[in-house]
Amino acid sequence: MKLNLRIWRQKSPLDKGRFEEYALDNVSEDSSFLEMLDLLCEQLVAEGKEALAFDHDCREGICGMCALTINGIPHGPEKQTTTCQLHMRHFKDGETITVEPWRAKPLPVIKDLVVDRSPFDRIIQSGGFISARTGSAVDANAVPIPKQTADTAMDAAACIGCGACVAACPNASAMLFTAAKVSHMNNLPQGEVEKDRRTLAMVTTMDGEGFGGCTNVGECEAVCPKGISLDMIAQLNRDYTSAQVKNFFEPVS
Amino acid sequence: MVLFCSFFNSTIGRKVLMAVTGLVLVLFVMGHMLGNLQIFLGAEVINAYAYKLHHVLPTPALWGIRLFLLLCVGVHVWMAVLLTLASRRARPAGYAVKRVVQATYAARTMRMSGIILLAFIFFHLAHFTTRSVPGMEYNDERVLSPNEVSLVKHGQAVMKDGEKVTTFNVHDMMVAGFENGLVSAFYILATGLLCLHLVHGVSSMFQTLGLRNATWLPRLNYIARFYGWAVFLGFAIIPIAVLTGVLEKDPTGGETQAIETSATH
Amino acid sequence: MKLDAKIPAGPLSEKWSSHKFNMKLVNPANRRKYNIIVVGSGLAGGAAAASLAEQGYNVSSFCYQDSPRRAHSIAAQGGINAAKNYQNDGDSVHRLFYDTVKGGDYRSREANVYRLAEVSADIIDQCVAQGVPFAREYGGLLANRSFGGAQVSRTFYARGQTGQQLLLGAYSALSKQIGLGKVKMYNRHEMLDLVLVDGHAKGIVARNMTTGVITRHAADCVILATGGYGNAFFLSTNAQGCNVTAAYRAHKRGAGFANPCFTQIHPTCIPVHGENQSKLTLMSESLRNDGRIWAPKDSATAAKIRAGELNPNDVSEDDRDYYLERKYPSFGNLAPRDISSRAAKELCDAGQGVASTGLGVFLDFRDAIQRDGKQAIEERYGNLFEMYQRITGDDPYSTPMMIFPAVHYTMGGLWVDYNLESTIPGLFVGGEANFSDHGANRLGASALMQGLADGYFVLPYTVGNYLGEAGIASAGTITIEHPAFEAVEAGVKSRMDQLMSIGGTQSPRSFHKRLGKIIWDECGMARSREGLEGAIEQIQALRKEFWSDLRVTGDADGINPELERAGRVADFMEFGELMCRDALMREESCGGHFRVEYQTDEGEALRNDEDYTFVGVWEYQGDDIAPALHKEALIYENITLATRSYK
Repeated sequence: MKLNLRIWRQKSPLDKGRFEEYALDNVSEDSSFLEMLDLLCEQLVAEGKEALAFDHDCREGICGMCALTINGIPHGPEKQTTTCQLHMRHFKDGETITVEPWRAKPLPVIKDLVVDRSPFDRIIQSGGFISARTGSAVDANAVPIPKQTADTAMDAAACIGCGACVAACPNASAMLFTAAKVSHMNNLPQGEVEKDRRTLAMVTTMDGEGFGGCTNVGECEAVCPKGISLDMIAQLNRDYTSAQVKNFFEPVS
Repeated sequence: MVLFCSFFNSTIGRKVLMAVTGLVLVLFVMGHMLGNLQIFLGAEVINAYAYKLHHVLPTPALWGIRLFLLLCVGVHVWMAVLLTLASRRARPAGYAVKRVVQATYAARTMRMSGIILLAFIFFHLAHFTTRSVPGMEYNDERVLSPNEVSLVKHGQAVMKDGEKVTTFNVHDMMVAGFENGLVSAFYILATGLLCLHLVHGVSSMFQTLGLRNATWLPRLNYIARFYGWAVFLGFAIIPIAVLTGVLEKDPTGGETQAIETSATH
Repeated sequence: MKLDAKIPAGPLSEKWSSHKFNMKLVNPANRRKYNIIVVGSGLAGGAAAASLAEQGYNVSSFCYQDSPRRAHSIAAQGGINAAKNYQNDGDSVHRLFYDTVKGGDYRSREANVYRLAEVSADIIDQCVAQGVPFAREYGGLLANRSFGGAQVSRTFYARGQTGQQLLLGAYSALSKQIGLGKVKMYNRHEMLDLVLVDGHAKGIVARNMTTGVITRHAADCVILATGGYGNAFFLSTNAQGCNVTAAYRAHKRGAGFANPCFTQIHPTCIPVHGENQSKLTLMSESLRNDGRIWAPKDSATAAKIRAGELNPNDVSEDDRDYYLERKYPSFGNLAPRDISSRAAKELCDAGQGVASTGLGVFLDFRDAIQRDGKQAIEERYGNLFEMYQRITGDDPYSTPMMIFPAVHYTMGGLWVDYNLESTIPGLFVGGEANFSDHGANRLGASALMQGLADGYFVLPYTVGNYLGEAGIASAGTITIEHPAFEAVEAGVKSRMDQLMSIGGTQSPRSFHKRLGKIIWDECGMARSREGLEGAIEQIQALRKEFWSDLRVTGDADGINPELERAGRVADFMEFGELMCRDALMREESCGGHFRVEYQTDEGEALRNDEDYTFVGVWEYQGDDIAPALHKEALIYENITLATRSYK
């Protein structure tokens, strides 16, 4: 198939950036979106031009590295599918495809379609862990966990940290990401001890990074490649409010 | 207190404030609507209702409630402004192409509907509460005659110290107000937007307070939709009834009619 | 090069505990004076960095991804083995040890494997404590399944994302230490060379991939946990960025490379769709429990299917060759990975292959659906079927799936002793990057186990032992001002300049593809002397071409994926040759290594225990000089060598 590509090119974080148009031919319908971009890069190199920079790694939908807004939808038109698992058969021959990076101030463009997602790491560093020093664990079956609880934690833990939620949110809010992390750990008995501390710290870091607030519109859930639900945000709201109330009476440390 | 400030400085804390103030306003709106609907029960009923609203509680308490409601509106708006500004800052450069996947129209237009509603609230307070809209003060004998009518209870004019107790003719004021096509149109439009605002707001409130789960989400969405439509119909039906002539002025404030009805019994 | 495995004396089951007692310790107050570099942030690297930082050391951690959470350990699906015996079905440390050695076709070191089995139970405890949401039964206890043909249920799993969940556990522990300032994290940094001071590993030179700046990092010791080299084949189930550069650079600095030809080919991957394919996707082996593998009996039928003229469902029962069931009646479709893979290749070579490229066989669920109903199959494999459909566009419920083997894991790696220390003192190697535990073939659900065992429970002790032996006087004395750093940095820079300035016509990817094809054809599922000798020549020629006709566009002072790939491909070129040499040297068939000259009359692998029960360790001699082979004899004191049979 033949495609017209309109792709965001930006030399550096300070560069203003602009769209460039490319015509690409002989794209196989069976190739993935990223393989199509590989082909474009090969074409650019053959012309002696600089190849396109975009993040990608595992190409099997789990590492969370790929991050493209395709025709106005993060990760493109297919539900619960990362960019790397999106295949060209979902596009029409001769179609014009617009490719942009995630757009949010806390996730600035480094180059072309590559953005800096380090705020996510910092949110985790501030509290997204269950302290369990290596070697200090009790037997794994010492604390039985109801299947339903484990399943809920797993639903939340499925988050791959790609940032599509922020990209899709009209407020550039990172609530779905933070909520998934918080829900995963707060739901488990192991995470109970640090629950309030974790929730307060992670939300404070999230806000401090400059993400917008949640307005419950649900675009994040719609584009999430792992189907993380808004239920997680409800839980985060509840856990955060309860932690703040406790904090009011006796500081949580 | 410093600790608590951190709550209201957080995006979630601000949303919680919006949800709580929103809840107050949602309940107020329902009460207001039920009160208004009494207009269909006759002039004496709504006039008596208006009288009660003003006299059941001592004046300071009444003002307390009014100020509380205004405060709720103020906080609701203030938080919305802060959150909106934060959102703007979080995405200084937008997308060249942006498609909406699942967000509802109501959810996406909360800010617009909110702004228009705020303007409406100002107009509404000036229009019917303080009656200070030029040309619509409802003190002109030609528009509203008489201005004061007897307070009627159980078909009898209420007497105090040997004199008839009078009250402002709310019934006729409403009819007079809505006889103006433009005013009615604005009211209908505003209540339509209120419906939209509530359809998202009511379910969003539960989400923000974390008072829901997967099972309750669809139910709450349904309740919110029902609530929004109920409020819309409950409010909009009055100007419509006036414009179509179903509701007409009753210069006696319902006194004559009430006496007649009670006489036939 | 002296290969001293430093296996502790004493009975197998007491080696690790007595070794732990005999190892040197570092006083907790002194630990903050030591700096440790950990390259790679997957299960082994992430776990080691977090655990060492918890102990009090200053750790610098490096990964080429934008976050340590994205290391390729994340992609493991199936599960993690542990000798917990929670199912009361006869599992034990000894059984896990035995299964791993046998599964590795008797080419791994007994003591290391036993320790792996020993600490496996602690791994599960550790991960659960960190909040890894393993699957559970209704009673709240951990669920297990049998995996990869094991006769006990010892595999713990978290849906199809076990690797992700375990990595997130290690990542969260690492993140805590980053937050506390005990670990300095270097994201988007690629290690390009190792720095030796007086023969000891004392630092690395890396490239900040965001700014292009070449940076020096000094430490008291270096841990490499940089994964496997499957991308030498160009197409593999590895992530795009997986590379051999860190390990190969260490090899060039003197670290012995062990068994590079031991690579694992996984039988159930989605076939290649065409020339522009960049990656192969693995589907869980569990599919083989219900799917029947077949290919058309004659090549004419296969050709019709390939051309789309014949629907595979219309092929009559008589025209189908259920070749695994035919050849291995007792194991059937569950025959081990290497055997199933090879059988598929043989058929495709004979022209019976399907898929548009002719490189595919059917994995058919028709009979299972008829037997158990569509719903039952959906419950078991729904997510895998969905994934298959997403990638291929075919519905496996109505059209048989197509599969083909793909490179999946590399058992070979840098040679390490019992302490996971390479032949360079102070250079430790963990996870897939070392060679130690899987022999010639890795069992399913054992990679995660090994990575975490190394990271949580081996390196934190043995690294401390090395530092303790070095003594507190040496702590933190080496800085980046040392002349050794300058020389290495100059070398790295000149290589970068060279790559940028060739000014040829061919892209790094095109060279990678050609290299991959040579290795896949000659050093893949079936290898021969003739083929390997030819491959070595071809690779040498390709390498020359690479250095004279490469074109790297863009600049070196920022993100440049072409330059990154060029550097990696350059190392794969040299390394690919080493793989072929190793395969050529090993004149036997064992595990993932199949030499066509060494097979039984029935076409089964023929091991030569007499002459090849050793680890082949290669020492770098120079760019155009053949590497030297050293041998570490494998001594089996607790296990009797036997021939694997799956008939």
